[in-house]
Amino acid sequence: MIKSLHKRESDLANSKRQLEILSNGIFRQGELPTFKEKISETNQFPLKAKKLEILQINVGYMCNQVCEHCHVDAGPDRKEIMTRDTMLQCLEVIKRTGAHTLDLTGGAPEMNPDFRWFVDEAYEAGIKDFIVRSNLTILQANKKYHDLPEFFKKHNIHVVSSMPHWTRGKTDKQRGDGVFDASIKALKELNAVGYGMPDSKLRLDLVYNPSGAFLPGNQVSMEKDFKKALKEDFNIHFHNLFAITNLPISRFLDYLIASENYEDYMYSLVESYNPSAVKNVMCTNTLSVSWDGFLYDCDFNQMLELPVNSKAKHISEYNEELLEGRNIVTSQHCYGCTAGAGSSCQGSVA
Amino acid sequence: MQKTYYDPADLRKFGKISDWNKELGDKFFDYYGKVFEEGALSAREKSLIALAVAHTIQCPYCIDAYTGDGLQRGITKEEMMEALHVAAAIRGGASLVHGVQMMNKVNKLEM
Repeated sequence: MIKSLHKRESDLANSKRQLEILSNGIFRQGELPTFKEKISETNQFPLKAKKLEILQINVGYMCNQVCEHCHVDAGPDRKEIMTRDTMLQCLEVIKRTGAHTLDLTGGAPEMNPDFRWFVDEAYEAGIKDFIVRSNLTILQANKKYHDLPEFFKKHNIHVVSSMPHWTRGKTDKQRGDGVFDASIKALKELNAVGYGMPDSKLRLDLVYNPSGAFLPGNQVSMEKDFKKALKEDFNIHFHNLFAITNLPISRFLDYLIASENYEDYMYSLVESYNPSAVKNVMCTNTLSVSWDGFLYDCDFNQMLELPVNSKAKHISEYNEELLEGRNIVTSQHCYGCTAGAGSSCQGSVA
Repeated sequence: MQKTYYDPADLRKFGKISDWNKELGDKFFDYYGKVFEEGALSAREKSLIALAVAHTIQCPYCIDAYTGDGLQRGITKEEMMEALHVAAAIRGGASLVHGVQMMNKVNKLEM
């Protein structure tokens, strides 16, 4: 298993270094327009936060997998974990916000020792759509996780899981040896308790990230192909597929540079820029909370350590008036969310 | 002046063909776009046909473009290679089938 960039003490573990790369070279020389210049062409700068709809909480960077493309640089060697105190501060906000969606992410959120306590508590708040981003293999990783499908069902959790392809080769290449088989087993277990079955209210959606330096194809066509292959090969069912573009940060940026694909990839993102995707980018209705309670416009800005442009910088200081209408913090990585049909944690946006 | 006939960066400039003849360029790209839309054949099947043809006509730009397009569509490398073998079989077969002409000629000329 590879180590995280942090463990390797890689240059790219430093978010400032990542931002330098994204601001220099082809962008500094004017070969490609910066994101700010591009959205200014259609008078969309600065992007403004609208009413909060999705509260995305990153409960820790620890993960049982070390995926090649991970924008969190997550892995077993990451020890950043949300404490129960910070969770209590999040719960306070969950209870009084009008957000309809609570989205728990990581790392592997299930590895947080207070995960089940937090889910129990948050469930009581009666959030309409309660998402847990599960990497699937965690359900197989250890006996203590084996009952998670039942636990999810009990809390009517909306499970969103990564699956880069319906073939073993592509999946294992991106996510590690053995991930495909473990994921298939986990999906069957989720299906067995009712998740993802046609007409079932237990939502099971899959996330597709390209396994290389290319953009995702059409979400609708990909979903059709995924459904056909998983049904025919494994009798697996799921509801929707979210096609998500890999953003050029963290481990994916490291991969792009090492494979000499960085410039071509940035060209692809800029050339595929879709101004109509800009108005629906997720940062305008989402707030991302880090493991230590700080607020960001999105999970990507969290990893780049670009905090919200507001006086309320921590969940303990949450204030709807201060946060609504704030200017979104952007850089060139934002092209990832506006390419083609657009991209968000809920898939295409245009 | 570039030192090679092909520059991968030129592929990005394909659309500039219209700069010197907008009407015909636009008509071509409209047609091109239409051809690759979902139809009786899926866009995925068309992408594989394009990849095979790209190798038959040995167009490096097209090979780059439709390898990338195939990956975007989730086409596997096994599918891509099978498509290439179809192209190779037809191309090889096209040479070999002319052997019948050779055989006819030999049979006619020889005693």
